[in-house]
Amino acid sequence: MKKFLEGSQAVAKAVKLAKPGVISAYPITPQTHIVEGLAQFVADGELKSEFVNVESEHSAASAVLGAEACGVRSFTATSSQGLILMSEVLFNIAGMRLPVMLVCANRALSAPINIWNDHQDSIALRDSGWIQFYAENHQEVVDFILQGYKIGENPKIMLPVMVCMDGYILTHGMEVVDIPSQEQVDKFLPPYNPPYKLDIDNPLSLGLLGDPTVYMETRYAIQDTLNNDVLKLIPQVSSEFESIFGRRTLKLVETYKTEDAEVILVAMGSVAGTIKDVIDEERSKGKKVGLLKIVTYRPFPKEEVFNILKQASRVGVIEKAISLGSDGPLYTEISALFSGEKNSPQISGFIAGLGGRDITEKTIQTVIELVKGKKTSCIFMDLNKELLWEDFRVI
Amino acid sequence: MFSILVAKAGSSKDNKTGSWRSVKRPKFLQKDCIGCGLCKLICPEACIEGEEKNTYRPDYDYCKGCGLCAYICPKKDIEMILETEEK
Amino acid sequence: MLSKHFSEHNFVSGHTACAGCGQALAARLVVDAAGKNTIATNATGCLEVFSTKAPQSSWNIPWIHSLFENSAAVGSGVESALRYLGKIDKVRVISQGGDGGTSDIGLQALSGMLERGHDVLYVCYDNEAYMNTGIQRSSLTPFSANTTTSPPGKVSTGNPKLKKPLVEICSAHHIPYSASASVGYPQDLQRKVKKALSIRGPKFLQIHCPCPLGWRYEPGLTLEIARLAVGSGLYPLIEYEYGKLTKVFKIPKPKPVEEYLKLQGRFRHIVNSQEEVAKIQKIADKNIDYYQLK
Repeated sequence: MKKFLEGSQAVAKAVKLAKPGVISAYPITPQTHIVEGLAQFVADGELKSEFVNVESEHSAASAVLGAEACGVRSFTATSSQGLILMSEVLFNIAGMRLPVMLVCANRALSAPINIWNDHQDSIALRDSGWIQFYAENHQEVVDFILQGYKIGENPKIMLPVMVCMDGYILTHGMEVVDIPSQEQVDKFLPPYNPPYKLDIDNPLSLGLLGDPTVYMETRYAIQDTLNNDVLKLIPQVSSEFESIFGRRTLKLVETYKTEDAEVILVAMGSVAGTIKDVIDEERSKGKKVGLLKIVTYRPFPKEEVFNILKQASRVGVIEKAISLGSDGPLYTEISALFSGEKNSPQISGFIAGLGGRDITEKTIQTVIELVKGKKTSCIFMDLNKELLWEDFRVI
Repeated sequence: MFSILVAKAGSSKDNKTGSWRSVKRPKFLQKDCIGCGLCKLICPEACIEGEEKNTYRPDYDYCKGCGLCAYICPKKDIEMILETEEK
Repeated sequence: MLSKHFSEHNFVSGHTACAGCGQALAARLVVDAAGKNTIATNATGCLEVFSTKAPQSSWNIPWIHSLFENSAAVGSGVESALRYLGKIDKVRVISQGGDGGTSDIGLQALSGMLERGHDVLYVCYDNEAYMNTGIQRSSLTPFSANTTTSPPGKVSTGNPKLKKPLVEICSAHHIPYSASASVGYPQDLQRKVKKALSIRGPKFLQIHCPCPLGWRYEPGLTLEIARLAVGSGLYPLIEYEYGKLTKVFKIPKPKPVEEYLKLQGRFRHIVNSQEEVAKIQKIADKNIDYYQLK
């Protein structure tokens, strides 16, 4: 049923439809509306879940870890500092192969403390073994959660899933979103039935010490699952989802007017909407510009990204995160794909929108102009140059 | 794929720690035992079996020779002897 | 599967703890007293390392280790899952950790678990230092003890701080049961585990576990040293119910602390100093008076 909803409310409704048995979270802006919504569903008896109000994000992640290990579907949500505080547990959850679902309301990292959107928090967790989806709009968030559960909980996969949504832009923005019926979701998403769990009738030990004779194999197994099984499963689950819900939203990548594009921009999350508008404008002027939106960032769909970008002569990667001291992580990964390729497009990297700085149509237009020029690896867009000349000595 | 991550209950019994003993081992004399079961209760290796008096014995496959059974025995019916002595 | 490794114990042979390990003994006493219908969580530390090196496990009950500081939080999640599954009346949850994992890095998660009222028994195996990393001082290391991060030196007599009053800190959450026990008194220890598990809600049990390696003594002395700690008044065995002290383990004729100290290498630097021993005797006397142990 189509409704006009705040993004966080849409998340709460989607999670409710997945019927998690245990929900645990800790308040952090801009994630709070999500768990407030879920708490209300539990309080009203509309959702039969144990809602655990923990004392930190570290414990929130630990509680859902414990619940998943008992074979109970769970949910948590967080943001920014909360995600980083959780990070120790998040690596652990992936290593233990527990398919926890986490919604990350993307927000900048401190210092300076900043509650506005960028992708630095979830990008910092890219090496953790979690599957990561980046949503452009409310509908994608809802659909990614339902499909994420199905993918992560597949007995061959058993990996956690992080659905990333831009803080404020999506969490607090209002949009029309199609919330599926419980009947549809029940048809799509089977109950969670893991191949191993804590059970007094079959007492297993989980979370063992893995010495040098076994540790590498556990890492290889995650890599193998992500790069082979998950990449194959995503389109299958997406087709199944389409057959029940009538839309196909979860993809490895999404293309927008890339077929004949000479310039292709690459981006993740809600900024794709702005970029599409700019592309329409450019196209109306006869300029061949397109967009490659990375939906599945982990596992990284190398083949799809390569095959789409190789058609272009110029590529501009716009990202809301940076590996300080190096370049944008997405730029680095895309550049690596074309390493040693003869007909590689010229790839340039742009850092934009950190800490909630608006990425405007003008920003995108400037990127397109710069992409056509000399190759650059890491240009910070829309900097206020006046702020850069301050010196510690003046204080 | 997941077998490395999960262990079956009690599977450490495959690990025979008795080889750790270097100097002494307990000798259960089975003369004055009153069957109190304290030796079995306090063995950190969980390797002492027995039900009735004078039936308690350690499993030398696991016994590390700590000597706590000899300490706790109220009847001094367990002696720590040198590994080199006969059984 | 179970038949091959059947044992009447819930913690079995083949673990790689040091000979005479007080923690290995305490853990088995705890889970044997708890029974088969128990799920255990474990903090990182000696117990986890010596009992579950892949692909083996010494546990005959469902057991999970996640991280150092989150045993109580994982236990909260397990308990919540059991509640959701309608199994909370059939299955007990025990969360375990060492003194560092409980009183230092895991204290926040423990307090959260107690405050929220989860039906979990938290067991702290107190061997009075970070043994797994090589005998570093924790907040439960006793006064004057020599650890690798509280070494005696020209201007130091070892650990300068008193033990954190963890049983009281837990009791201050007004939980149904907060107590201390010792491997030196195994029947008393098991009685406390059973009593704790007969009560619904959050419970805490701190168990004194001598460590031959970290305290530097011969393995055969574990029980004697444990008993001397209790018998001297340095390790009072106390029981709090809903914030009130309800029971203490009486020591009508307290032993001088010197008898306890002289058996351990970690106190070797002070046993010949009357002045330093007197300071520790004062701690014991204060305990005897405060808890009315005589």
